[in-house]
Amino acid sequence: MRRSRSLSGSIGRVWPGAAAVVLFTVFAFPVYWMFATAFKANKDIVSDTPVWFPTRPTLDHFTKAVDADGFWTLVGNSLTVTLVAVGLSLVIALLASFAVARMRFKGRKSFILVMMMAQMAPWEVMVIAYYMIVRDAEMLNGLLPLAAIYTVMVLPFTVLTLRGYVAAVPKELEESAMVDGCTRFQAFVRVVFPLLAPGVMATSLFGFITVWNEFPMVLILNKDPGSQTLPLWLTGFRTTFGDDWGATMAASSLFAVPILILFVILQRKAVGGLTSGAVKG
Amino acid sequence: MSAQTEEVPATRPAPPIGKGGAPPSRPRGERAARSVPYLLILPAVLLTVLLLGWTMVKNGLLSLQNLNKRQLIRHVTEWVGFDNYGEVLGSSEFWSVTGRSVVFTAVNVVLIMTLGCLIGLLLARLGTRLRLLLALGLVLAWAMPVVAATTVFQWLFDQRFGVVNHVLDGLGWHAMADFNWTSGQLSTFFVITVLIVWQSIPFVAINLYAATTTIPKELYEAASLDGAGSRKQFTSVTFPFLKPFFLATTFLEVIWVFKSFTQVFAINEGGPDRLTETLPVYAFQEGMGSQHFGMGSAISILTIVILLALTAYYLRLVLKQEEDEL
Repeated sequence: MRRSRSLSGSIGRVWPGAAAVVLFTVFAFPVYWMFATAFKANKDIVSDTPVWFPTRPTLDHFTKAVDADGFWTLVGNSLTVTLVAVGLSLVIALLASFAVARMRFKGRKSFILVMMMAQMAPWEVMVIAYYMIVRDAEMLNGLLPLAAIYTVMVLPFTVLTLRGYVAAVPKELEESAMVDGCTRFQAFVRVVFPLLAPGVMATSLFGFITVWNEFPMVLILNKDPGSQTLPLWLTGFRTTFGDDWGATMAASSLFAVPILILFVILQRKAVGGLTSGAVKG
Repeated sequence: MSAQTEEVPATRPAPPIGKGGAPPSRPRGERAARSVPYLLILPAVLLTVLLLGWTMVKNGLLSLQNLNKRQLIRHVTEWVGFDNYGEVLGSSEFWSVTGRSVVFTAVNVVLIMTLGCLIGLLLARLGTRLRLLLALGLVLAWAMPVVAATTVFQWLFDQRFGVVNHVLDGLGWHAMADFNWTSGQLSTFFVITVLIVWQSIPFVAINLYAATTTIPKELYEAASLDGAGSRKQFTSVTFPFLKPFFLATTFLEVIWVFKSFTQVFAINEGGPDRLTETLPVYAFQEGMGSQHFGMGSAISILTIVILLALTAYYLRLVLKQEEDEL
């Protein structure tokens, strides 16, 4: 009786640690495997027993991915739509969130509700209608419609999150700046905006991830290879290169690295922002 | 109400801006001040109405048209009323896809919430170093872009050289040594589910952990003074405190999983034999793939209706909460 209790006691102390290590492995492994495969020599990739560590690392796969047809065009396209959409939605959302957080006006509540509904809009399901609209405007295979749609896609989240950050800046700071002779606009730019910077960064990170990843819309709107973005290229990569897993994983790594770095750095702030924007309480 | 009185002093210092100063300019200045918030939200409203509102309307209009490849090329509009809906609702295929989507969503959400909450509670129990380790693993999975993750999972589950088959074979399940995961309905869904659950758990776990840190310590002290054991503490303190969070997250996951397109499509394009198509993929294949745009639009509208029905309870909750707060 006694022995079994002390045994279960030590199990009770050990299992959380053991579970943590096992779970870490489970969650990190696919990411590790992507990088490991990308650096492995082909012989080690297509081997009947997996080679767990890239013992003979090579950059061949990365060269192959980067040298693929139109890679840099696609990088340019992806960066263009992402930066335009995130930048534009930030500017628009800053204006709106300032109004919502600092001013009382008729329709304020409805505006917030519309934003909350828009945040849950099922874009994936509405692609046919977007295709028809863009086709009727004769703008298929252009970056402009894509950037515009992405802007609206990340706008609601940006507004709702920034609203929280603006509200968190004490009003007195702004008022005292206005007493000192600033206009409301100047007070905003000089006093509120610098305090918002961390929030703006965290918010834009999520916008960045959403747009960088977006797949269904570009799949439908931009069939022309010169106007595609990286997600489309990546999903087609395997077929194009005939199951060349080394190159496919190198391409995935190149695609994932910017996001992984940004995310790990900004995670703490970003999580706060996400919860305050999407789920309250 | 109290909010309105609060705003007055904030607008007080405004007069110095209007340099005109004299009495006649005051009402005009006030009217201008009153229009400021509307000007500020105008760009956001315009963009949303034009690119989201209009698309919704367009989606509805398209669903009332007979619009196939022929009509598309000739630019003709053929109104057919609710024929598309009749045809969709009358087809057994639609209902089997709907049932499949609901089951798929339920399985994923139950797995995500159960495992996510368990891992979140585990995070709260761990020491600093192990917690950071586990959090790092979670953040890596969370941050992994969906498209890259999909490619990596295809490689993990590759028939010939995939590491999953190798490990299963090594563990003694030799039938799996050369198993083709995308050859069957259930096994394809298995891969998609592992992928989605793997990617969604971190959000739940990390946020749940963050929520537990906001539980006041005094509550636990009071509970243990009252003689509550750790199980009783969980049911009387931890769980009630986390319940609103749990509810909100569950519904967010329902929305996210139900409308997930990229994972389902990119793993096997809805195959084999269209057996893993969920509603968003089905709408896409019918509309864009078979070029029955009207039908596809009708399916997409029905999908949105089903999604609304599934999440109506949560939406009402959120709206009510906002009403109370504003």
